[in-house]
Amino acid sequence: MATKRRASAVLALLMTSVVVLAGCSGGGEEAAPQSELYKDPVTLSWWHNASQDGPGKTYWEKVAKDFSALHPTVKIEIEAIETNQLQRTRLPAALLSSDPPDIFQAWGGGEMSEQVEADYLKEITDQTKTEVGDIGSAAEIWQVKGKQYGLPFRMGIEGIWYNKEMFARAGIAAPPTTFEELNTAVTKLKAINVIPIAVGAGDKWPAAHWWYNMALRACSVDALKKASAEKNFDDPCFVKAGQDLKAFIDTKPFQPNFIATPGQNDPTSANGMLANGKAAMELMGDWNRGTLDTVTTDKAKLASFLGWFPVPAISGSPGDPKAALGGGDGFSCAKNAPAECVEFLKYIVSPEVQKGYAETGTGLPVAKGAADAVKDPALKSILEATSGASYVQLWLDTAYGSTVGNAMNDAIVAIFAGNGTPEKVVSAMKAAASK
Amino acid sequence: MFVLVPMGFAVYYSLFRWRGVGPPTEFVGLRNYTLAFQDPIFLDALRNNAIIVFGSLLIQGPIALGVALLLNRRFRGRAVFRLLVFVPYVLAEVTVGIMWKLLLTDEGTVDALLRSLGMGGLVQAWLADLDVVIWTLLAILTWKYVGFAIILLLAGLSNVPDELTEAAAIDGASWWQIQRHVTIPLLGPTIRIWMFLSMIGSLQIFDMIWVTSVPAVRSLGASATMATYMVDNGFFARLWGYGNAVAVILFVISFVAALLFQRFLLRRDIEGAITGRAK
Repeated sequence: MATKRRASAVLALLMTSVVVLAGCSGGGEEAAPQSELYKDPVTLSWWHNASQDGPGKTYWEKVAKDFSALHPTVKIEIEAIETNQLQRTRLPAALLSSDPPDIFQAWGGGEMSEQVEADYLKEITDQTKTEVGDIGSAAEIWQVKGKQYGLPFRMGIEGIWYNKEMFARAGIAAPPTTFEELNTAVTKLKAINVIPIAVGAGDKWPAAHWWYNMALRACSVDALKKASAEKNFDDPCFVKAGQDLKAFIDTKPFQPNFIATPGQNDPTSANGMLANGKAAMELMGDWNRGTLDTVTTDKAKLASFLGWFPVPAISGSPGDPKAALGGGDGFSCAKNAPAECVEFLKYIVSPEVQKGYAETGTGLPVAKGAADAVKDPALKSILEATSGASYVQLWLDTAYGSTVGNAMNDAIVAIFAGNGTPEKVVSAMKAAASK
Repeated sequence: MFVLVPMGFAVYYSLFRWRGVGPPTEFVGLRNYTLAFQDPIFLDALRNNAIIVFGSLLIQGPIALGVALLLNRRFRGRAVFRLLVFVPYVLAEVTVGIMWKLLLTDEGTVDALLRSLGMGGLVQAWLADLDVVIWTLLAILTWKYVGFAIILLLAGLSNVPDELTEAAAIDGASWWQIQRHVTIPLLGPTIRIWMFLSMIGSLQIFDMIWVTSVPAVRSLGASATMATYMVDNGFFARLWGYGNAVAVILFVISFVAALLFQRFLLRRDIEGAITGRAK
């Protein structure tokens, strides 16, 4: 009998995994009619991803407190949740239930359009005209079919972070502006026994971003926009991106065994390699400044050698050389959240709050008035490049949504591992779109 | 209730094309199941589970039996040895996973140790080489779980009556003959229970793989198991209906394996227990 009991215990164990996936179901309920602003006491629940203790988390606590001081009828309850957990499990499950958080992290793009389709989000186009005007084109990422459903508080483009000291030793006069120059730089760095580029392919997305940039160079802006809007990947430029990437990988610019190297957060990661002088370059977004600091053994030294340059152009490609890949973080209000939610959202992106955010050094602000608060030279060059970019394409995996994004990243990683092809990336994306 | 209701939901959801946005509405029948068995990565995951199931039985079994027989003899420091053997099993899987991950990094402790022993030729990209990683993981799992097998067998050994081994000794049997003809046959039920637990654990293995092996290596199929495949697809690719289908497949495979095992290998033990009670 003991074995039978064991079997049912095993069953029960298995069930727990099933339960998690099965999640919850149920439809939304209609909200109470909106009353006058700040008349009745309301409680806003706020979910964000600054879950690690540090300036980011503390700053949001202060913002919530300040807002409640300004408007005593509003109480804000914060829940800080780690990004993956927030984005993959907590939020989807909460949005399915009848009781989602009022204001929560939103990354824009494909995921947001699915949320809008399911009628989860509050449309805020009319109330936020001023803010959107101030933020500029970055705000478009939080739009679906021309309507605003959220506002960003952080936005930046990605580029190559590099070690100036190593570049000088290798005799590289200026940061590369074309891939030919980048290839030359790689050769020169190898000559002085330095790993030219660190890539955290183990986490998939840091490797996939190389393909995204190849696509950005190979594809016209129209082709990119069509891909995001219609999930149409027929343009041959997407295959060309894979071919360019393969040619680049064949020059062996990356560290050995990169397929198991994590992206960030520990000293053995690609991020740690750059931070501790074990590699000369890394392709990464604007948040890298903060994450490099957390893995370095010598912050002062890091600050002295760290530089940044935009992703080089590919000569003879139809892509706009001034286009850049980027992304950011924003917040959306739930469909049935009280009207005060939108006021709070506007408060978060107001120049004063954005200035304070920029001073925490956790990311680049979006409001124009806050740019002066950015002090770090590398971050300043990103800010300049962002405002000089002719077109900012949202990270492709975010733009296409998790399902296509995940399949695309997997297929790109296969190219890195040597068993994928440029054609398979496109066919995997198409297959995932129908899954 | 607690078993059937969630199971029912999982089966129900697995019949939908559902991305976790809005309630499931797009009924697709068994399409998710067909897709799973057409995905080479899922087939890789099945193969890896099979490697872990049979690898665990074939490697841990003989090691555990040998060690248990040795530890069953009286010698100085036996208690300490028994304790040491059991330590890896007591540690949390996540802890063990991270520990080995650090030991096995490029030019890490393991590589340095091999080189200092003059076995530098054995150095591998333990967690990065797509053909090596599953065997690395099997080795770690063996290290962790062999202690459990040993403890179970030691408990079984303490139930072997001294009278029998003494009688055999008086009849002139050597130590080895006693083990071979008296002790090991009497250990049969314990060994079979261990095999059952090991098999079910191997089919559902998740934590260690998730922690030790990076996402890229998993998604290329080199180290994926059914459980990690389920989470990667269900949550990270947000294919909720599909993820539920994989959960159901994992359940059915475990369930059938458990039934077959009970039917053919455990039957004798259960019958023995019942007749024993009847006496």
